[in-house]
Amino acid sequence: MIVKNLKELRELCEAVGDHVHLRENGKSKDGSFIDILIGMGTCGLAAGALETFEQLEIVLKKKGLNHVNVISVGCVGFCHMEPTVQVNIPGKEPVIYGRITHDQVEKLVNKVIIDGGFLQENYLIKSFRRAVI
Amino acid sequence: MRGESEEMIDLLRDKVAELGLTNTVKVIKTGCFGFCEEGPIIKIKPDNIIYVKVKFSDVDEIFEQHVLRGHIVERLLSVDPETQETYKEDKALGFYKKQYRIVLRNCGFINPEDITEYIAVRGYEALAIVVSENTPEEVIEVIKKSQLRGRGGGGFPTGLKWELTAKHRRSDKYIICNADEGDPGAFMDRSVLEGDPHTILEAMAIAGYAIGASTGIIYIRAEYPLAIHRLEVAIKQAKEYGFLGDNIFESGFNFNIEIRLGAGAFVCGEETALINSLQGMRGEPTKKPPFPSEAGYKNMPTSVNNVETFANIPPIILNGPEWFSSIGTENSKGTKVFALAGKINNIGLVEVPMGTTLQEIVFDIGGGIIDGKKFKAVQTGGPSGGVITGDNLDTPIDYESLRSIGSMMGSGGMIILDEEDDMVAICKFYLDFSREESCGKCTPCRIGTTRMFEILERLINFEGTPEDLETLEDLAINIKNSSLCGLGQSAPNPVLSTLEYFREEYEAYAYRTKKTSYQIIGDKCIGCTKCSKVCPVDCITGSIKKVHIIDEEDCIACGACYTACPVDAIIKP
Repeated sequence: MIVKNLKELRELCEAVGDHVHLRENGKSKDGSFIDILIGMGTCGLAAGALETFEQLEIVLKKKGLNHVNVISVGCVGFCHMEPTVQVNIPGKEPVIYGRITHDQVEKLVNKVIIDGGFLQENYLIKSFRRAVI
Repeated sequence: MRGESEEMIDLLRDKVAELGLTNTVKVIKTGCFGFCEEGPIIKIKPDNIIYVKVKFSDVDEIFEQHVLRGHIVERLLSVDPETQETYKEDKALGFYKKQYRIVLRNCGFINPEDITEYIAVRGYEALAIVVSENTPEEVIEVIKKSQLRGRGGGGFPTGLKWELTAKHRRSDKYIICNADEGDPGAFMDRSVLEGDPHTILEAMAIAGYAIGASTGIIYIRAEYPLAIHRLEVAIKQAKEYGFLGDNIFESGFNFNIEIRLGAGAFVCGEETALINSLQGMRGEPTKKPPFPSEAGYKNMPTSVNNVETFANIPPIILNGPEWFSSIGTENSKGTKVFALAGKINNIGLVEVPMGTTLQEIVFDIGGGIIDGKKFKAVQTGGPSGGVITGDNLDTPIDYESLRSIGSMMGSGGMIILDEEDDMVAICKFYLDFSREESCGKCTPCRIGTTRMFEILERLINFEGTPEDLETLEDLAINIKNSSLCGLGQSAPNPVLSTLEYFREEYEAYAYRTKKTSYQIIGDKCIGCTKCSKVCPVDCITGSIKKVHIIDEEDCIACGACYTACPVDAIIKP
């Protein structure tokens, strides 16, 4: 589809904004889905982010958690803590966890997604602030 | 809340002006801080105190109490809903605290292979605004007003570069994105390309519109396969949406981008060498003038800009040049991305406003030195830069201040060295790099860097003489003054700067006073015999439960004993 002008672009921006709004302020219009972001730049991949990504998809499927999306993103900058995973749950501040290698995935899903809890040992930061403009 | 915020800004500005404090207190309009439900928000820097739900009537109190007297207005602080405690500073990890992300705004936040996520963060809006509402001259004016300078290292004003390219009337013009990131330890551009490729495409199209070019070329090293892949995906998607191609946003403006792979030669980061390489010739620099803005790729006017420079363009268009020029120091505006590496706890990618001190980057954001060791120096600017010692840690970072202390901004690699690092060896490492990467076209660089490397090698092998230090310094100055391009002119920088700040380390080699063997501290040794068991040359003597001794003559400084010692009784040479 070709976007013809500024107005169309702004309408499109509004229409596709749900996932981004969840990450920005914890509010999505839909409100039913959870986004898990995995840092998959070269640094993340070198630390095993691809294995984490695949394992997450397996575990989520096994547990029937169809409302959870796994999304590959670039590097957040925490190279010393790769692979990093950001969990965005509606109504909650996003939490970034570090060193989520594939063997940590099941624990993350159980504790954070199913129980709605917190993974203390891998916790890096909890904030809507991505130190951005 | 928007209208009220504007009034508060005006009120604060009036108050500052009234008291004649315009030089010390700046009222800055920023974007959203991310606590949208708690707005309007006022943040006081450098204290990093955030006041939430501020009303027009609270502004007086904040100004009188906090700005003038330094008292915190407790009732306006944010309350953590879970712990019920108020927090003055935001509790984010120190790593995030002093950062301000313009270039990296979308990295780690959106899926780089999904164009709709980029559109959702106002992607391509800047391009749409520019082609439908602005003339090319107006775009150049905005970039000039923002005072953005090239982020590849040179610091040339971007708006001026575009203007110089725009003024030549030729049939074809070109926009080139320099993604030939080659400094050891630098990976800023790679992260931007991998995390937010659409930003670069959008910015290149804006640049193309401004200078009158319809072709953009991304020159990227083949060593970045993931970045190349994501760029390819991004270009394909952008074409599908009509953000690239013919008649963009029905404005009549056409722009296409192609990717060209470089073989990874350091010198091809230099714009004339880059253009030669693009044309299928040897990657060698040519004399300037003529500058690429006049006769560049295919002899046509060409603007070569760095990845990080481009990533600043869309936010400048969306937020206005005043917003951008309100960040940073007098002559260096905006932010700079640095890749922290070396002996530092939080290795990673950080983006800070210009004017942030090295102290803040290394200790507050970087979390200090690994294992609590002592800080020795920071190497900035890679093989073209120099070292910055503890004495200069409070230097605010910008183009001029770094140059004045013998280093340079470079592209943004920052390698942190601790007390155990040998400066002569570090210097040798960089010289080895420069000598390998010298294209060989001009003599000072080709032969000079090799000669300098040989001297350093001689010194490290204890075959040097005190005269070598003078020769080294002479050579360095001559190479700097007589080389053709930036590579040769800056290759001696590591030598000159380490000679200036760490001359005693060179002298220890030249006068053969440097200790070359490990030593055992008698008071600490418990006589466990572990060291003597691992020593490959059997130069450690001593019996069980007695203090051991290393024979300095025979020690080969392999470090095996140092690693084996359970009580840290062995010291390095």
